[in-house]
Amino acid sequence: MQDLLQALTNGAFLGAVFALAAVGLTLVFGVTNMLNFAHGDFIMVAMYAGFVCWSLAGIDPLIAIPIAALTLALVAVLVYAGIIRPVLGSTQLAQMVVTFGLLTFLRGAIQFAFTATPRRIEDPIVGGIRVVVGGVAVTGAQLVSAVGALVATGALAWFVYRTETGRALQAVGEDAAGASLMGINSGRMYGLTWALAGVSTGVAGALLINNFGIDPLAGATFGIMSFIAVALGGFGSVFGAALAGLLLGVVQGVVGLYLSGYTLTAALGIYLLVLVVRPQGLRGSR
Amino acid sequence: MTLLSVDGVTKRFGGLAAVSDVSFEVPEGTITGLIGPNGAGKSTLFSMIAGAQRPTAGRISFAGKDITGWQPHEAARAGVGRTFQLMRVFGSMTVLENLTTAAHLRHRTKASARAVAERVCAETNLGSYAHRPAATLTGATKKRLELARALATSPRLLLLDEVLSGLTPTETAEAISLIEQVHAQGITIVLVEHVMQVVMSLCPRLVVLDFGKLIFTGSPDDAVKDQAVLDAYLGA
Amino acid sequence: MTATLAPPSARPVPARKVPWGRYAGIAVVAVLLVVYPLVAKTSFLQTIGVTALTMAIASTGWNILGGYAGQISFGHAVFFGTGMYGTTLLVTGGWSPWLTMMPIALLAAVLGVLIGLPTFRLRGHYFSIATLAIGMMVMSILPNIQWLGATDGLSVPFLDEGFWNLTFSLRDKTEYYYTALGLFAVATVAAWLFLRGRIGSYLEAIRDDDVAASAVGVPVRRYKLYAVAMSAALTSIAGSFHVMFVTFVDPSSSSDLSLSTAIALIAVVGGAGSMWGPILGAWLVIALQEYTRTYLSATGRTIDLMMFGALIILVAVVDPRGLVNLVKRGYRRVRR
Ligand SMILES: Nc1ncnc2c1ncn2[C@@H]1O[C@H](COP(=O)(O)OP(=O)(O)OP(=O)(O)O)[C@@H](O)[C@H]1O
Ligand SMILES: [Mg+2]
Repeated sequence: MQDLLQALTNGAFLGAVFALAAVGLTLVFGVTNMLNFAHGDFIMVAMYAGFVCWSLAGIDPLIAIPIAALTLALVAVLVYAGIIRPVLGSTQLAQMVVTFGLLTFLRGAIQFAFTATPRRIEDPIVGGIRVVVGGVAVTGAQLVSAVGALVATGALAWFVYRTETGRALQAVGEDAAGASLMGINSGRMYGLTWALAGVSTGVAGALLINNFGIDPLAGATFGIMSFIAVALGGFGSVFGAALAGLLLGVVQGVVGLYLSGYTLTAALGIYLLVLVVRPQGLRGSR
Repeated sequence: MTLLSVDGVTKRFGGLAAVSDVSFEVPEGTITGLIGPNGAGKSTLFSMIAGAQRPTAGRISFAGKDITGWQPHEAARAGVGRTFQLMRVFGSMTVLENLTTAAHLRHRTKASARAVAERVCAETNLGSYAHRPAATLTGATKKRLELARALATSPRLLLLDEVLSGLTPTETAEAISLIEQVHAQGITIVLVEHVMQVVMSLCPRLVVLDFGKLIFTGSPDDAVKDQAVLDAYLGA
Repeated sequence: MTATLAPPSARPVPARKVPWGRYAGIAVVAVLLVVYPLVAKTSFLQTIGVTALTMAIASTGWNILGGYAGQISFGHAVFFGTGMYGTTLLVTGGWSPWLTMMPIALLAAVLGVLIGLPTFRLRGHYFSIATLAIGMMVMSILPNIQWLGATDGLSVPFLDEGFWNLTFSLRDKTEYYYTALGLFAVATVAAWLFLRGRIGSYLEAIRDDDVAASAVGVPVRRYKLYAVAMSAALTSIAGSFHVMFVTFVDPSSSSDLSLSTAIALIAVVGGAGSMWGPILGAWLVIALQEYTRTYLSATGRTIDLMMFGALIILVAVVDPRGLVNLVKRGYRRVRR
């Protein structure tokens, strides 16, 4: 029982980060109707951004959050302008392929710059903290990533649903031609969406390095989990993606407790099951 | 003989009834005009007859068979050919390949499908475009290809959704004579059209929809005197 | 319905020109492929050749589903892996490798149909993600399956050298090369025959517009299933051959996401939906990969991934129809 509670807690804390990652991905899909297969690798790049801050300037991951967020926003905007915008009018195949190329390129570039050797942040500020509540232990790193991820997710959701610009984003996502008739510059909105996705991956990456190792493939799991969360949550739905991310974390935690080799299998299994029963996702409509 | 009969057909999208309780019959060998203001449910009705959408209620029979809820390819095989209002040509294929694909419905071998495709291509005056990729055609030519492609399936019934809109006067005249020739072959036609003159001259019989409801069936002369039809077109 | 209705202005359909360029292209490529091992004598170059041909077979399979039918799969490693594991198990049971190919390909086809049944309801991105998930699912289960060697994998038992055993000298890989070339030729002809008539037209129609396809009588789901069956079978044959060449299979070498993407991207780089795509793409990608990996990774700083990524991006941005289209455009310009 104690173990189960602990597993649930660990899962939920991890799920918060999945949620944040998934929200960025679902935004890009919802607005630009494109799947960014390199999304998880943006997180990986963010982890390295945090690592560079720490190793060169001794900046703690907590303080590196805004730096990583800005860096990734910049990276995302450059990616958008350089290789995404040219294929916006192209075939779906070309669009998928370009982000696959990006994934490969980012992994290769990071490996070229930092080699494949795993890196780790020693003694982050939150490292020593450990809280025990009713026999369930929570580390400072977990606490910080969960709280940080939830705050960032909430901020993104607020931006999309509650601000004028956010509503313009949604309008572009629903009908780009119609939105441009209303005077919305869809190109700029697309750029903004990629920037927001960059911010979400930047924050996620900086939060993760408190307790995760850093290597060129570190983004893969988070990428896959975001994809599943987005698919589960109904493509384009911000709340759906966030909820599904949390759910996936919990599932991982619990399954890991009983069948440690099958955490990914379980997450994928849930997705495939939903796919068969309800192709539009848990929250999506058609 | 009745070729198509639509009996109490309804289609709902959520709360909206795009087509509600519509019934009419189309005798074999006729040209029927299906008209109505924007959003009246004409295209939705076509989609249901062609099997692309399943009616929420009602029955559709074709050539004596109940085809309600059939798959589109089954309807096509039974003899329902259609064009799409928002053109859907096979963009990466040439015009001739578009037609060959359609002709394959009744011709297994490539040679005989191709022969049919070449015939239809010439008949519809698309010969000079035969080897052009369909994506590169102008709107008017794409519409002609839509029609030609439906013809290449050797249909008994042709559903033409606004094949004449957006054409220049010359193109319209050409298209009208093409439709008349198709009709002369014995193919039954139902056509949706907004240009009234065209409808009046081509169709001895009209079916009028408004907000999904059938408000009139009869001759064009009677239609222009019908109060409900006048209200639908002028009152809106 | 036989009365013709040629309008007075009707112009007959002009005959298609004889595609001399294509015939010349086939001749040139065939000669190059046959001559290659006579010129490329080093083990390194021969390995590139064998691997490129193997991947070209796998991609030819992918191309039927992804390039022609337009159903972009990121899970084809499952079928490649079926070939690798299946052949290893049967060869261990005493079969000749050649005899394992057809039954295993059939198994892969059945697997493809089983995967297709639920996933073909999905369109576009949604289908691609589903295939990605299924591929990853298989990869996540494999390390837990004892009779497939779990994480350790399986080795092909030692066989005497000879054609019947599909086992040759590893010092001079010429025999492997020509065997691969023969298989590639067979696979290409099989794909060509498969796609030549109605099936090919129907698959392309589904790719261009599935709604319009069904309106002209294409049973869309059924034809997608035909496509995945043929596609999976060919890709599995590539896996069967590959395992005989490397004599070892484990989860990461048989079902990795990067293998799935390589199979897909090779066809795309070469030209998706063209018979030329897989062979052109495979040679370019494999050669690039092997060269950069071998000559530039001494420091542990690999550059091959980076270049591969850049190449893929370049193709997608410059001409999504791939290398073959660049060549065609060049040829047309030269002829004018
Ligand atoms: N797939 C759908 N989902 C929801 N609503 C739909 C769908 N298809 C059509 N509608 C709605 O049903 C109504 C009828 O549409 P339909 O396209 O059949 O009209 P129409 O008579 O063909 O109009 P038009 O002359 O503009 O082509 C419209 O209000 C339309 O918005
Ligand atoms: Mg309409």
